Amino acid sequence: MTVQAHEGVKPARKRLFAIDYHTMGPLLALIALCILGFALNSAFISEGNITNLLTRSAFIGIIAVGATFVITAGGIDLSVGSMAAVISGVMIIVMNSAIGAMGVGVHIVLIGCVASVLLGLAAGFLNGFMTTKGKIEAFIVTLGTMGIYRSLVTYFADGGTLSLAFDVRDVYRPVYYGNILGVPVPVLAFAIVAILGWVLLNRTAFGRYCMAIGSNETVARYSAIKVDRVRTLTYVIQGFCVSIATIIYVPRLGSASSSTGVLWELEAIAAVIIGGTMLKGGYGRIGGTVVGAIMLTTIGNILNLTDIISNYLNGAVQGVIIIAAVWLQRGNLANLNPFRRKPTA
Amino acid sequence: MQLLRKIAVLAIGGAMAFSAPTMAQDDTVTIGVSIPAATHGWAGGLNWHASQAQARLQAQYDNIEIVLVTADGPAQQANDLEDLVSIHNIDALVVLPFESEPLTDPVRRVKESGVFVTVVDRGLSQDGIEDVYVAGNNPELGRVSGEYFLTRLGEGDNIVILRGIPTVIDDERFNAFIETIEGSGINVLDNKHANWNRDDGFEVMQDFLSRFPDIDGVWAQDDDIALGVIEAIRQADRVDEMFVVGGAGMKEVIQMVMQGSELIPVNVLYPPAMIATAMDVTVAHFTSNGPVTGEYILGAPLITPENAEQYYFPDSPF
Repeated sequence: MTVQAHEGVKPARKRLFAIDYHTMGPLLALIALCILGFALNSAFISEGNITNLLTRSAFIGIIAVGATFVITAGGIDLSVGSMAAVISGVMIIVMNSAIGAMGVGVHIVLIGCVASVLLGLAAGFLNGFMTTKGKIEAFIVTLGTMGIYRSLVTYFADGGTLSLAFDVRDVYRPVYYGNILGVPVPVLAFAIVAILGWVLLNRTAFGRYCMAIGSNETVARYSAIKVDRVRTLTYVIQGFCVSIATIIYVPRLGSASSSTGVLWELEAIAAVIIGGTMLKGGYGRIGGTVVGAIMLTTIGNILNLTDIISNYLNGAVQGVIIIAAVWLQRGNLANLNPFRRKPTA
Repeated sequence: MQLLRKIAVLAIGGAMAFSAPTMAQDDTVTIGVSIPAATHGWAGGLNWHASQAQARLQAQYDNIEIVLVTADGPAQQANDLEDLVSIHNIDALVVLPFESEPLTDPVRRVKESGVFVTVVDRGLSQDGIEDVYVAGNNPELGRVSGEYFLTRLGEGDNIVILRGIPTVIDDERFNAFIETIEGSGINVLDNKHANWNRDDGFEVMQDFLSRFPDIDGVWAQDDDIALGVIEAIRQADRVDEMFVVGGAGMKEVIQMVMQGSELIPVNVLYPPAMIATAMDVTVAHFTSNGPVTGEYILGAPLITPENAEQYYFPDSPF
């Protein structure tokens, strides 16, 4: 019992010695990446490019905030990419068919958004319920729903592409392309989701329960935490985040197909881990996740801005940078520092 | 060989009589059609045209039975081929291989069991296996696109290229295009892979737009990419500066060409309907008195506002 309790305290103790590198690692990597980007092409820091970059990272970022909760509580959700695709598809179908009855207008978009949120919550609940009450491993449950959602969107689209009616697209367009006080709407949404996520994870009992369950489920259960309920809620939060991301995604191209959101689940999980959250659960960092998501998009952006690297090697460059970022984040740079005294604990 | 097959039929037929009642009839011709599942727009069109042709041919001929199976990957397709032979006892196979290398041997084994084989689009890596080969023309798609760029642009004009998924198909299109415009003075600023995907097309084009202040033309090579590219150009408010050429013949794009769009003035055909051509030819082998074996390479014509109508299939998902 005491040993297990100690394990939960571990991150706090480690932080005494490596606090800077542990929390600043991802940020350092991002800054290094930005300098590299600027060095390769000065267009990198143009206002247009930075806006594109942040807007683009909003999808993965918002989804990754949800994934931070799931992973912190010791779970995993592989279905988010497919879920985003199927929600986009259903949103488009709902909006297109609502036009006939109600005419074009903002209300059509609102109906689409409501549909999206309801679907997201339901899909998240389904994942959570099957994991906790069904006692099936999260990996299997979400692998299953990943396949189910992906096939559903292909089926709805008849193998092709679902397209939003053009007149609704004009009404809906500002949700992706518009801005408020110069800040693009998707970036604003990303910021709000991240702040709410941070508060929820770090300043509420729910957040502490997530960490407790992730670090030791049995102890959490003995401590009268309603493990199943908290766990299920993390998946519901994930589903909600996916629906928010979808609401922003649909107006971008006004379409959904079976190739929508492919591999988003891996990008979201990568963003979470780059940000310093433990894959085995017990410790989560929303701020890190945000940095991780921006970093992943930045890599792709930089590769597009230069032609010194063969196109065929893009994946390799991404791989190297991701591993290097996590290496930094794990505090390895600190160990290389000759001026730092070894911890004597 | 024939005798062996009969024995096999009897053995399997005995076990599976309940599942395949038609194969006892001698005059029925069973044709297996194995294609990739509808995982992207073009494949969606492929599936749609395949089932259209299936319905049409079965209605037309009483003795033709068509079994359509779709696969998510090369391994599954290899299994599908085995099932078509052993369970459905096919007389002919129409196959669009997921990948050339891994499916060459499975198709060869089907051929060796005495089945008439038609290969579509992606050729096998060994010659002489198939009886009929039906394909679109990838180098021709690149060449025709290049010819169009030559008519629109000249010395000192700048273009960017968005490529597909790094594969032989992509290379053939890209190389033919580059060869065609070589020496014209048209300047290729850069080329990047956009994976025949709308989102990737959007993002790559956004980056091209922030990187290059002067772009006169965009070769997107594929209509899904082209649609993403168009949104990026609209966002950057640079619609009047350039034109975009996609490829394949997606209905939304054909429609824009029909309406005389400045941004997307033409398209180059690479029809998913080629599967229907292949099925027709295969059926003709059993119904026509003319010979059908050989190679059928479909053209990659330039689709312009004048001829767009004939390539427009509003009901197809692609």
